[in-house]
Amino acid sequence: MTTAAIPYVGSTMDRIEGPEKVTGRARYAFEHSPQDLAYAVPVPATIARGEVRSIDIDAVVQLPGVIAAIWHGNAPRLSTPENAELAVLQSPRVAYRGQYIAVVVAETLQDAREAARRLRVEYDAEPHDVELRVDHPGMYRPDQVNPFYPTDTEMGDPDSAFAAAPIVVDATYSTPAEHNNPMEPHATVALWDGDGLTLYDSTQGASTIRDTLAPLFGLPPENLRVISPHVGGGFGSKINPMPSVVVAALAAKQVGRPVKLSVTRQQMFAVTGYRTPTIQRVRLGADADGRLTTIVHEAFEQSSRIYEFAEQTTTPTRVMYAAPNRRTSHRLVRLDVPTPTYMRAPGEAPGMFALESAMDELAVAGKIDPVELRIRNEPAADPESGLPFSSRNLVACLREGARRFGWADRDPAPGVRRRGRWLIGTGVASSTYPTYRRPSQASARCDPDGMFTVRIAASDIGTGARTALTQIAADTLRTSPGRVRVEIGDSAMPSAIMAGGSMGTASWGTAVVRACQSLAEELDRRYGEVPAAGLETSADTTEEIDAQQRFSRHAFGAQFAEVAVDSDSGETRVLRLLGGFAAGRIINPKTARSQFIGGMTMGLSMALLEESIMDDEFGDYLNHDFAQYHIAACADVRDIDAFWIEEDDPHLNPMGSKGVGEIGIVGTAAAVANAVYHATGVRIRDLPITLDKLVR
Amino acid sequence: MKSEPNTPGQEVPVSAPVMVDLRLSVNRDSYPITVDTRETLLDTLRERLDLTGAKKGCDHGQCGACTVLVDGRRMKACLALTVTLDDREITTVEGLADGDTPHPLQAAFIENDAFQCGYCTPGQLCSAVGMLAEASAGWPSSVTADVTGEPRLDDEEIRERMSGNLCRCGAYVNIVAAIGQVAR
Repeated sequence: MTTAAIPYVGSTMDRIEGPEKVTGRARYAFEHSPQDLAYAVPVPATIARGEVRSIDIDAVVQLPGVIAAIWHGNAPRLSTPENAELAVLQSPRVAYRGQYIAVVVAETLQDAREAARRLRVEYDAEPHDVELRVDHPGMYRPDQVNPFYPTDTEMGDPDSAFAAAPIVVDATYSTPAEHNNPMEPHATVALWDGDGLTLYDSTQGASTIRDTLAPLFGLPPENLRVISPHVGGGFGSKINPMPSVVVAALAAKQVGRPVKLSVTRQQMFAVTGYRTPTIQRVRLGADADGRLTTIVHEAFEQSSRIYEFAEQTTTPTRVMYAAPNRRTSHRLVRLDVPTPTYMRAPGEAPGMFALESAMDELAVAGKIDPVELRIRNEPAADPESGLPFSSRNLVACLREGARRFGWADRDPAPGVRRRGRWLIGTGVASSTYPTYRRPSQASARCDPDGMFTVRIAASDIGTGARTALTQIAADTLRTSPGRVRVEIGDSAMPSAIMAGGSMGTASWGTAVVRACQSLAEELDRRYGEVPAAGLETSADTTEEIDAQQRFSRHAFGAQFAEVAVDSDSGETRVLRLLGGFAAGRIINPKTARSQFIGGMTMGLSMALLEESIMDDEFGDYLNHDFAQYHIAACADVRDIDAFWIEEDDPHLNPMGSKGVGEIGIVGTAAAVANAVYHATGVRIRDLPITLDKLVR
Repeated sequence: MKSEPNTPGQEVPVSAPVMVDLRLSVNRDSYPITVDTRETLLDTLRERLDLTGAKKGCDHGQCGACTVLVDGRRMKACLALTVTLDDREITTVEGLADGDTPHPLQAAFIENDAFQCGYCTPGQLCSAVGMLAEASAGWPSSVTADVTGEPRLDDEEIRERMSGNLCRCGAYVNIVAAIGQVAR
């Protein structure tokens, strides 16, 4: 990376779009209103499995303001997508309750809602099966798990080692279905102009939406433009195109007018994905000193009938601790349920709840301090691949976290600290998240007025991407952020990977650095002279990333929690959370801290509150709104803080950064559950930690 | 299976929408407007007046993203029918700044990084403005120890009073810091 006089990378910078966001000027997808627009309200299926026999379209189109009602009987035909979730209104089949079976388009939102409510649908219902259980006869071994990991791994002889180990843990943990619930519901404004389609869409990846939807509508990619300057959160649920964006485009095509569509909060529990529920069995065996001899982690999960989404639940176990004998596996069952999707740290968040709870149980069984137990099992290299770690500072996070948290004199005895009617306890857990990077493109331009413009189809879903990329570009161009304008959120810009997998900044930043380096070199050749027409360069990082050396690249962290449990009611309150992270170079301390504590806040929410309850009889997630699906509110969150260990890792990317968006949620729930055990002596292995599980 | 309306319930006969003329006062501007009696204030602001600052997060009064001030008090715009708000003084996030000078809470939100995606932010800000007025009027909350005096806005009071505004990015720590900075 070019050395800048004043490095902006590593310095605190306020969010660039801050003023727009606090004044209400920042426009999100649904807030674009082209001329002559109409409103689309989609209609969900009220059976969990079967077929739509008929829909009384004629009655509905008589209603005031209604322009069209569309179902598979009259919908425009689409090409067959890879993901059958996107074949919306193309067949009478119903694969899960809540799947879109029709859409009503009307002049106003009120007219459209009324008509959608009155739509009469006849079904041929079939018996459904929506219950995840380990002994389900449909359990199978998927070919791989997301995004490209082997389904199972095995080394040595884990069963014999387990049988021979003096200290063992054999426990089954479960995590419920959880819904991403970004505050901005998935929304699209679709606008056709001849064979061109423009979508103002709430998405984590404009290029991804374009590349997936263009073939579906038989369009060359350049005819489809996706614009998403501001996105009200996604947490994974806006990575893949969801059925709603297809419905909007299809409805706009059918009525020949621009159409606006927003998924309702209630519908989001069926059609925008969720974190699969998991059942996980963990077996740990250790010698008398607590050194692991065997680790076995087996996960059971669900997906829908129409799409295989195989979450990578046990993959963090492959990198966390040294042990000569080990096995990890994933089994999946296809049910009449909505399709799961990515949710903040998919795999790692539920998987590390199980592993890190089991580690705490091992510490108790072996009478070893849980921080020390983890340090004692630190591997020299990636325990399964054998690759060297590009950098790994779990131990530093544990030690520094223990020091800051005040861990040193902790009495391990459970259930003995009282403050009035509250029982107090502390817990620790490790975190990890892979450091990915994917190819992207960017352009950099200089104009005669000395202003620079950097363009990339990146997405800022609240991560601070726009700000971080501005800092990165300013350093590379040896200028100040005030002279750099970073334009993102538009598929007409150079193609980029989506905001996901904590790899946005690493991937986009590499492309921005390379484009800016070319521009800086070109300017140097011209002695800083900018031609009247300006100067522009571009970069594509495909070759660079394909050629990168093989390392095991991961961020690590340690989470410390202090909880109070009401000895009468079982109510758990998190008094303190402290997270320490080793995530490479921190580009913007202000926004990175927000990402860390934001992830920890969602982890607290996962620990205590979040659970989507499947109604076996009707095949529906019952608690499908914020009144019933609880997420952490302001009063739930007291003292949450994060620190980081600066890492100088030359094997990552030009910035030396690892991702910070997801690691904050990993391990939080285990740290809280371990603290609840320390407070009460009750081990909660099934999330969330609700009152009924503590009061018996 | 029997044919039934998509949403069960009593079928009301279809009639043409009822439209009403009224004068809506938003951010000190007056808007003569004809509204559908089914229209919520939130939809009127966003879809008719192009005031898209107030956000729709749930449309059921459960998330607070649509919070606006009506005659200075916090109100969830998704639960208010516009037809009931003739001659009331409505303030949205667009009306908080004094010209180019941001409201102190707006500045504090930026300084404390009290938002990430920004979608709950307009509601948080309007709610905070209303909450500060409630506290200075001496209104207690459920965590106020002494309900006779003016409540002191410590972090616990702020957290309690701001719990009607959900934030999924997890910016609560910074939101409480930003509001505390202005309140104290």
